[in-house]
Amino acid sequence: MSVSAAPTTHTSQRPAGAGFGQFVARSHGSGQLVVQPRMGMSDPRRMRAGLLATKHAAATTVGTITVDSYTRVGDHAAASQALADGSDLNGYPIVSQDAGITRGVLDRVAAGDFPVQVRHGAARAQRIVAALVAAGLDATEGGPVSYCLPYSRTHLRDSVLCWRQCCELLMAPRADRAQPHLETFGGCLLGQLCPPSLLIAVSVLEGLFFRQQGLRSISLSYAQQTNSAQDAEAILALRRIAACLLPDVEWHIVLYTYMGMYPATRRGALLLLRESARLAVRTGAARLVVKTAAEAHRIPTIAENVAALETAAAAAAAAARSGAEVADTGIHAEACALVEAVLDLDPDVGRALVRAFSLGYLDVPYCLHPDNQGRSRSYLDEHGRLCWSEVGSMPIRGISAPRGAARMTSADLLMSLSYVQRTFDKKGKSWRA
Amino acid sequence: MKLNNTIDERPCALLTSVASDSHTWNLVYLQLVLEELGFRVTNLGACTPDELIVDESLSMEPELIVVSSVNGHGRAEGIRVVRQLRSCPELAVTPIVIGGKLGICGAADATSLRDAGFDAVFEDGAAGHSFPSFVRSSCARAA
Repeated sequence: MSVSAAPTTHTSQRPAGAGFGQFVARSHGSGQLVVQPRMGMSDPRRMRAGLLATKHAAATTVGTITVDSYTRVGDHAAASQALADGSDLNGYPIVSQDAGITRGVLDRVAAGDFPVQVRHGAARAQRIVAALVAAGLDATEGGPVSYCLPYSRTHLRDSVLCWRQCCELLMAPRADRAQPHLETFGGCLLGQLCPPSLLIAVSVLEGLFFRQQGLRSISLSYAQQTNSAQDAEAILALRRIAACLLPDVEWHIVLYTYMGMYPATRRGALLLLRESARLAVRTGAARLVVKTAAEAHRIPTIAENVAALETAAAAAAAAARSGAEVADTGIHAEACALVEAVLDLDPDVGRALVRAFSLGYLDVPYCLHPDNQGRSRSYLDEHGRLCWSEVGSMPIRGISAPRGAARMTSADLLMSLSYVQRTFDKKGKSWRA
Repeated sequence: MKLNNTIDERPCALLTSVASDSHTWNLVYLQLVLEELGFRVTNLGACTPDELIVDESLSMEPELIVVSSVNGHGRAEGIRVVRQLRSCPELAVTPIVIGGKLGICGAADATSLRDAGFDAVFEDGAAGHSFPSFVRSSCARAA
């Protein structure tokens, strides 16, 4: 089952069948972890080269087109100007770029055996979704909360309206009858220092929002945090809740390799990437969005992306799915309490989410967005587990035992944000010895 | 705004990103640093449009303006923003600094940022004097 051993024959073994969700489901069914890069280039030729390199990597892969930050914030004039000037952007300007050129980028690259997802980070993503549909694609990611609170100034109620329209655009009738796929970024939020129960709750609630808007192929995200036992408990809790609340849609779990300050050493970075691949296999996650060893320093090259995909795939192939019991520290109970409290607010999940944030039932720690109450706080305990110090008005006070807020200094914050970086750089050094 | 009987006499710092940058951990961290240096901080958060930065700068009259960006567009957008700030007579001598990961391909050109109107540039990984020591020497009322 080693995918790294036979790169040339592997591509031909890709399961056929239209649609991003179906491809991931079939790969998961045959024991292959799907690995995915974060790549996005402004030059169409380089974007195509990046997709081809991803497709031909010695791994079961899906492709990524990440849009640039001008396009993400809706400043299409700036993106067009950069295209006209020939200046480099930090991603692919899918709205400003001619749709014919984008179809050319994808021609004989994107297919049933190599679906491509557009990644963007936009709260107001309608034009991006329209552009990806026009280019023949049908998979993207985001969500009314997860692409609003961390990344924008858009009001949450406006973001919910935008995402209703995005869902509608994505479900436009298609000739190939593939099921459009939408991934919630809810299990990532700010990427760091959010205790797992809230990540799970937002992931599930956005998944339910997509389902209510008519989507039938969904993925639920979770970002690797600071303690692998806690992460395993969290992903298993997410699966249990999803199985219960999304019985009638095709869904899978996508794990993100750690999104915060990345190990600065190559060995530390590789150890962290491998640990995320093993975590995915152990917990039954079907897809992994990887990070490269260059991550702490700059935007990675195509070759560095391919190396990360192949490293993750090899680690996954060597890992065993675990049947072992995971200790229950209350993550499942906390996440259920959050999800139930929000669903009780309104039968429409979009309206329920807006009310939940205004009441503080959901409150993301360290989030600066004006629609977030900002009364919750978290900290890392001596084992690197994420815990609540303040829960604000979230209905988990009886389940969680918040420590109370000792004032966090800038040095404390930096220590927490760099915990994984320091831990894995240190592990990398002793590994060599 | 909270009603409070005591008047906050701390000097005021305006902390902002640039329009295309959605990152906020840099802003959360810098707010704590500035508070520890004795400032009252207005943190404008992610994706700050140019006009919001200019409007808030004019209405607050801060003793320090800090622009922080890590998405690689900081050089281009920082130059655009600081020119608008410097074109306001009220902000002609206000200390304005920028820092972070400012270019897509590693270090941005600090000279062009200074020429456009920044008093100091704190490029990630570049040598130079520290942000706190700059603040202490430029803002008489900092701790």
